[in-house]
Amino acid sequence: MPVGCDHDASQALLEQVNLARAEGSSVQIRGGASKAFLGRPVAGVELDTRAHRGIVNYDPSELVITARAGTPLRELSAALEAAGQMLPCEPPHSNDGATLGGMVAAGLSGPRRPWAGSVRDYVLGTRVISGLGLHLRFGGEVMKNVAGYDLSRLMAGSFGCLGLITEVSLKVLPIPRCAAHLALHIDPQQALQRLAQWGQQGLPISAACHDGSALRLRLEGGEGSVKAARDQLGGEPFQASWWQDLNDRRLAFFAGSTSLWRLSLPNHRPLLALPGEQLLDWAGAQRWLKSEAPAETIRAAVQHLGGHATCYSPSDTPFQALPAALLRYHQQLKQRLDPQRIFNPGRMYTEI
Amino acid sequence: MSILYDERVDGALPPVQKQALLQALQAQLPGLDILHTEEDLKPYECDGLSAYRSTPMLVLLPHTLEQVRGILALCHARQVPVVARGAGTGLSGGALPLEQGVLLVMARFNKILAIDPAARTARVQPGVRNLAISQAAAAYGLYYAPDPSSQIACSIGGNVAENAGGVHCLKYGLTVHNLLKVEVLTIEGESLTLGADSLDAPGFDLLALFTGSEGLLGIITEVTVKLLPKPQVAKVLLAAFDSVAKAGRAVGEIIAAGIIPGGLEMMDNLAIRAAEDFIHAGYPVEAEAILLCELDGVEADVHDDCQRVRALLEQAGATQVREACDEVERVKFWAGRKNAFPAVGRISADYYCMDGTIPRRELPRVLQHIAALSRKYGLRVANVFHAGDGNMHPLILFDANQPGELERAEAFGGEILELCVSVGGSITGEHGVGREKINQMCVQFNSDELTLFHAVKAAFDPRGLLNPGKNIPTLHRCAEFGAMHVHAGQLPFPELERF
Repeated sequence: MPVGCDHDASQALLEQVNLARAEGSSVQIRGGASKAFLGRPVAGVELDTRAHRGIVNYDPSELVITARAGTPLRELSAALEAAGQMLPCEPPHSNDGATLGGMVAAGLSGPRRPWAGSVRDYVLGTRVISGLGLHLRFGGEVMKNVAGYDLSRLMAGSFGCLGLITEVSLKVLPIPRCAAHLALHIDPQQALQRLAQWGQQGLPISAACHDGSALRLRLEGGEGSVKAARDQLGGEPFQASWWQDLNDRRLAFFAGSTSLWRLSLPNHRPLLALPGEQLLDWAGAQRWLKSEAPAETIRAAVQHLGGHATCYSPSDTPFQALPAALLRYHQQLKQRLDPQRIFNPGRMYTEI
Repeated sequence: MSILYDERVDGALPPVQKQALLQALQAQLPGLDILHTEEDLKPYECDGLSAYRSTPMLVLLPHTLEQVRGILALCHARQVPVVARGAGTGLSGGALPLEQGVLLVMARFNKILAIDPAARTARVQPGVRNLAISQAAAAYGLYYAPDPSSQIACSIGGNVAENAGGVHCLKYGLTVHNLLKVEVLTIEGESLTLGADSLDAPGFDLLALFTGSEGLLGIITEVTVKLLPKPQVAKVLLAAFDSVAKAGRAVGEIIAAGIIPGGLEMMDNLAIRAAEDFIHAGYPVEAEAILLCELDGVEADVHDDCQRVRALLEQAGATQVREACDEVERVKFWAGRKNAFPAVGRISADYYCMDGTIPRRELPRVLQHIAALSRKYGLRVANVFHAGDGNMHPLILFDANQPGELERAEAFGGEILELCVSVGGSITGEHGVGREKINQMCVQFNSDELTLFHAVKAAFDPRGLLNPGKNIPTLHRCAEFGAMHVHAGQLPFPELERF
């Protein structure tokens, strides 16, 4: 396949989907495969989106960028940075070949998530190849658009199970004028309490992680607000690149072969008494757990506190089970949008 | 084509016997308040889009979830269409009743169930008013960000159903960005939790799908919203311009400078005059356009940004720039804008409010087209514009008592929406499709896309009992609309000069 910086391969993608329809086979969608570890294994012919790449439209004063699904996030970020803008959702793995399509399909957001919003929050429009082999367009390049159902945001985090994303329009934001990175040597329990208090005060916090030894904060905003918060909070400065290591899970915490779990919890819940090591991100709303405790034990503990757990190590049930009624509607939606089960069958759950 | 439900193009509705339905409801749900007489039904015949009216067969006013569940079970079993309604302030006829269906009014579910300051969330029933959430959260220094102009009256359930916006969307997002969790009942009586108290939930993002689905996928029974700390400071600059194009360019320059204002609103001369006559906000009535730019956040940043914005406005050719000197003046500046609709209502017998969105760069061109259309239809237009996020609200002035004026206003409005689509925008930014823009959906989406929407609907409501005829047109309707409207393969506005 030709791989240039700007190439429209939508026709080839469409042909591959239509071939699968004709043969009654399924496809396993991949971009940079930086998140291939996440989810269940999929049987199907590999469908590689990377030839379909390039920025289609970018006007910084509109705060919108549109690009093809196979565009590397690194390329996208470089274009944004050149105009003083960024993807506020801070998707992980942008240095590992991750693509725009994979970012939206997996819906994973970085350290800024609790304050700035998720991948889905920044999706304005998508083009999608449907289970009927049609290339469709939903949403658009405008900030506000409530025409029809919000299929574009539904695509975010659907792991390719509802259709093949070929193009995405995203809202982008200016890079804050000023940033500071502070480490406070307090324990995790204190950190959670302070974060809950600070959360009500409007401090310019844009990342908050307790890595086991210190609470690390990122402050972003104008010079005045960042300086005032730095003076108020104290702490020791550290390198900005630490956040990228956290986001791409390159910190020492993530090394080793112990099973890795992502726990999503209401931010102010206390520390979980689970065996293994924990790291608190997202001001406590996303916690990483390295543990060999049984999956049921972990899931029950997290569910009890109003959250859910995802296994980042190989597992047949990586995602928390859905209640029966909700699963039924997931199946019905899959059935209506992808009746032949062409797209990533079983990637999230065996039934969809 | 009439805006009211037309079985010929909108699909046949199941026949419902009013008396039999009434008796069944009374027998099965003895405590349920039911309105069924002509005079009792009358007040419910329209929502905020009052030009269109249709008397519901019955109005149901439940106050317990068991009653809602019972109503849905009965309607599902007997195949009775159900139109849900919150406070009835919607501007697109999303809660326009059906003569052959029941109107399910959720307004009595008006309790704030919990405010959790540490989690910064509020859990509320769907009939709670938008503003009441912020009022209750104020004790903790928190508020709920989306603020549609109707916030004093509109309900949060309706806000979710419509994905309501407001004047602060550019910075704080729409309803969908400010929700954590909703509880819904499907027409089949299943209770679903969409979203979670945590920031994400397993499975598909059905919370995003249901937000803005206009009551076609399920009935919202509870909502958990995010609360934000109140900004320490908010300042407003008012800039006057001698041309709309200059004001439009100033907006682009503020954004390009890396500043995201809390609110950024534009009004044209007719809207300025109307608002000033009504509210006495201190607007410069001779200006062709004004911009209101609100900057909020931490004091030091707001102060810096105000200076930056002032300089940008002056460079862009503002004839004057004023900063509200205190909170009283700030509120007054906003009052003019927030009351622009009723203000226009005072200078015209009737007005018709449009809700298209466009890429901001297209603003001068679109406004010139609208002015040309205004001459073509012989109807005045006042333009009010959420300039920061490209959401226009042209208000078409007409008099329904003059024969043919309503029809002219509708045709004019339809052309404005198609114009928005032709420049890469949308037919609705925040008011919803409802019944009002059902035909323009045929312009926004092709038949394959509409077919997929119908497939989504069928996954949740295969019999099509929830709010039939709203949001997504049938292909039959589009075929008929297309026959009247030549647009495929042609320039959408051949009569207008291209520039």
